[in-house]
Amino acid sequence: MNIGSNRWRRYGDWDNRPLRLDKFAAEDPKNGFAAFSSPADPKPSINIENGRVTMLDGVAEADFDMIDYFIARHHIDTSIAETAMAIPSATIASRLVDMHVPRAELVSIAHGLTPAKLADVLSKLNALEIAFAYSKMRARNTPGNQGHVTNAKDDPLQLAADAATAVAFGFDEIETTMRVSRNAWSNAVACAVGAAVGRWGTLFQCSSEEAEELRIGMAGFSSYAETVSVYGTERTFIDGDDTPWSKAFLAAAYASRGIKMRCTSGAGSELLMGFHESKSLLYLEARCLCLQRGMGVQGTQNGGIDGAPITATVPGGVKELMAENLLAVWLDLECASGNDARTTESEIRVGAKILPYLIAGSDLICSGFGTILKYDNSFNPSLLNGEELEDFLVLQRDFEADGGLTPVEEYKVIELRRRAVEALAAVFEELQLGSPTRKMLESVVAASGSDDTRSYTPRDASLISQMIQERGITVVDVIQALVRRGFRVEAENLLAVVKLRVSGDYLQTSAIVRNGKVISAINDPNSYAGPGSGYRVADGRRREINAIRDQLDQKEVLRSEALHEGAERRRIHYETLGAAVVSDDRLEVVVGISPAFGIKLFQTVGGHPLSEVLGVITDSIVARGLKARVVRFGHTADTSFLGLSAARLAGSGIGIGLQAKGTAVIHQRDRLPHNNLELFSNAPITSVEHYRELGANAAAYALGEMPEPVIVPMRGQAMGSRYHARVAMIYAIETAYTKAGARPEEVAVKFLGRAS
Amino acid sequence: MSEKLSIEDYPLSEKRPELVAGRRGKTLSEITLEGVMGGKIQMEDLRITSQALRFQAEIARRGGRPTLAENFERAAELVEVPNDVIMSVYELLRPGRAADKKELIQAANDLRRDYGATRLAAFIEEAAEVYERRGLYTFRF
Repeated sequence: MNIGSNRWRRYGDWDNRPLRLDKFAAEDPKNGFAAFSSPADPKPSINIENGRVTMLDGVAEADFDMIDYFIARHHIDTSIAETAMAIPSATIASRLVDMHVPRAELVSIAHGLTPAKLADVLSKLNALEIAFAYSKMRARNTPGNQGHVTNAKDDPLQLAADAATAVAFGFDEIETTMRVSRNAWSNAVACAVGAAVGRWGTLFQCSSEEAEELRIGMAGFSSYAETVSVYGTERTFIDGDDTPWSKAFLAAAYASRGIKMRCTSGAGSELLMGFHESKSLLYLEARCLCLQRGMGVQGTQNGGIDGAPITATVPGGVKELMAENLLAVWLDLECASGNDARTTESEIRVGAKILPYLIAGSDLICSGFGTILKYDNSFNPSLLNGEELEDFLVLQRDFEADGGLTPVEEYKVIELRRRAVEALAAVFEELQLGSPTRKMLESVVAASGSDDTRSYTPRDASLISQMIQERGITVVDVIQALVRRGFRVEAENLLAVVKLRVSGDYLQTSAIVRNGKVISAINDPNSYAGPGSGYRVADGRRREINAIRDQLDQKEVLRSEALHEGAERRRIHYETLGAAVVSDDRLEVVVGISPAFGIKLFQTVGGHPLSEVLGVITDSIVARGLKARVVRFGHTADTSFLGLSAARLAGSGIGIGLQAKGTAVIHQRDRLPHNNLELFSNAPITSVEHYRELGANAAAYALGEMPEPVIVPMRGQAMGSRYHARVAMIYAIETAYTKAGARPEEVAVKFLGRAS
Repeated sequence: MSEKLSIEDYPLSEKRPELVAGRRGKTLSEITLEGVMGGKIQMEDLRITSQALRFQAEIARRGGRPTLAENFERAAELVEVPNDVIMSVYELLRPGRAADKKELIQAANDLRRDYGATRLAAFIEEAAEVYERRGLYTFRF
């Protein structure tokens, strides 16, 4: 027999979900697709002779590759290595999640462990333990966040506006890059000016070619760098055109210019670059991180980074990304914990990916939250982008977790954006770099993304960039230009950021600027030691996090009801006639209305005026030749009891319960309260036509018929999330009107303006 | 320096502002907008000094971060080294740039002689040895 199809159609539904755009790789350690361990990973081991590492993870000194050598000579703490290596991995793993073992003790142990041992310890932890250990081990107490500020046109005006916006939302660091690499100087000036609007302290990076990035830093525009990449195999390192020594030299060079710096590493880079040596992702990253600490950099940007998407294709890959972040902080490095390159098209996978970091906290939760729209992100889309920024703000509020961001009121954002483009335009005019028109500025101020702008093109930006570079313009020139044009506050802000480099306080581990002060692992160390300790969201900060837009309260509900009151008074009149009694008229249906119906509340949650709802119900009862008697109940506001009480008064034994919010029921006198005939529970999607059918069916039941029940079609809307806050507030207004033992009252309803 | 700094002295800009100054001796309180407008403050005054880096190294070491301290000490030696020299040494340290060990040893000697950069010189000499053993003096077309 042909049953018509050989495929369950659900697979077709699944095929159409964004998830199916993600590709998944089978586990295959030989070809580098293994997250936590691979047969090719070495067994942990160390030999120390006269304070010198002579064997590391099974490799003898004479065979050390560059990475082994650098780790052995510059990272491993030989005074503790033998003791540390002797502790079983499971014991160390337990200590990582034991709140009574101090962070400092674990950091000290980590410095004596080889990469293979570090990876082995972390492979003992489940995802929850990794997140918990991360929270305990991260270096700075106060969490922070970093954002990308770029656009598809390299438009400096939009960069300035978007930088100011990112600063307003609370990003501690912003990072730009270019579509056209020669636009670096234009991007740098634009972001530096934009980041000086509103407050000072957001650090800024212009990700470009190494030498150019350093020159931009020297000119005073940028204040940190993080694109100093390291790799876990020698061949990859060489293909990346560097060595541990060249990168360490660069690290010293940045510090010598007073510029904060961290390295970049992360799972998947060796896999993408083809020299993975069949090693697991975590083991290779352990090498990268030991190397970075040996180089003397204060921190890392890891957690996959450009390799995050490929890592997320591997079984356990997302957990591995968490583990390598933990490894970074366990080694006492600042951690800008990835969550940048978008690892998935599935919003569920995005939310799941970010949550552990949000609740654990991180020095910089994202090392590039896309503050701009996806298509404007010149680094490629981030895990979270301008589109989803409000989702993140709500997650902070949901979990009472500090993700480093703060909601901003709409009018403030537009003011800051205007100020930013005007400041940059002033700088351009003063320094004769350009004179943007009013139209250009206005298009940028209101623009959500570069599709909306009529502003500079990439070519315009190239010309500006070239002038800045050729004329040797520095941040001092920009500060002077700002002051000359009346942007004194912005000039002060910009100077304050540049001045940071004189003391170098912000070169220490995990340093950011908060409220005009440098905080780092030194003066704001992670103090977690169990419940009540460590970073807690203080009352003031909690209020900031909670202040998302469009919150509902009862005052707002009453205000919106009051808007409809006048109109309802012109459409309907309720006259109380006195106590309602039980009728013996078999041709009668009672409509029981709730206590505040038409008194304090005037429309259903579906937005229908109560006069209209009550009108169609009574009309359709009357249309069947029955009488519709309206009774107001005061003893209850509950739908079932309204319906049952109405039914008990009705001569037909059929009653309708109708709440002001629109929930309705058809009930019968001798049934149990919740065993009704028909229930209309989804008021938001119940139409006037449904109420008309409700009345008709009630009449049919009264006439002894068996009508087709009315089904209000529900298409899976999250009714609770959309309406329950409002419903609960409305219902509270109803219940406040109830009174124990209040007698039902007969109500004469007059529909005003009707012919009859 | 006569006294040893501790982590209590951090941040220097708040706790010990008298210890830090720009490269021409301008103190933090002298680095103002007025100074910038009057031309008294220039880029040179907004640069870190080797002294400040050594202070930060001391604080890093006190904070249990010896490798970070060493980086700051290497950085202190680079403060007086011009940008183009820095970039040429960096370039030379990249794979396949130096044709042989001698080139790197020469660069190390130059830094030691011209800038007193003894730590950096030793660091580059170490690289020169490892590069030779790992065959990095191969021309990479």
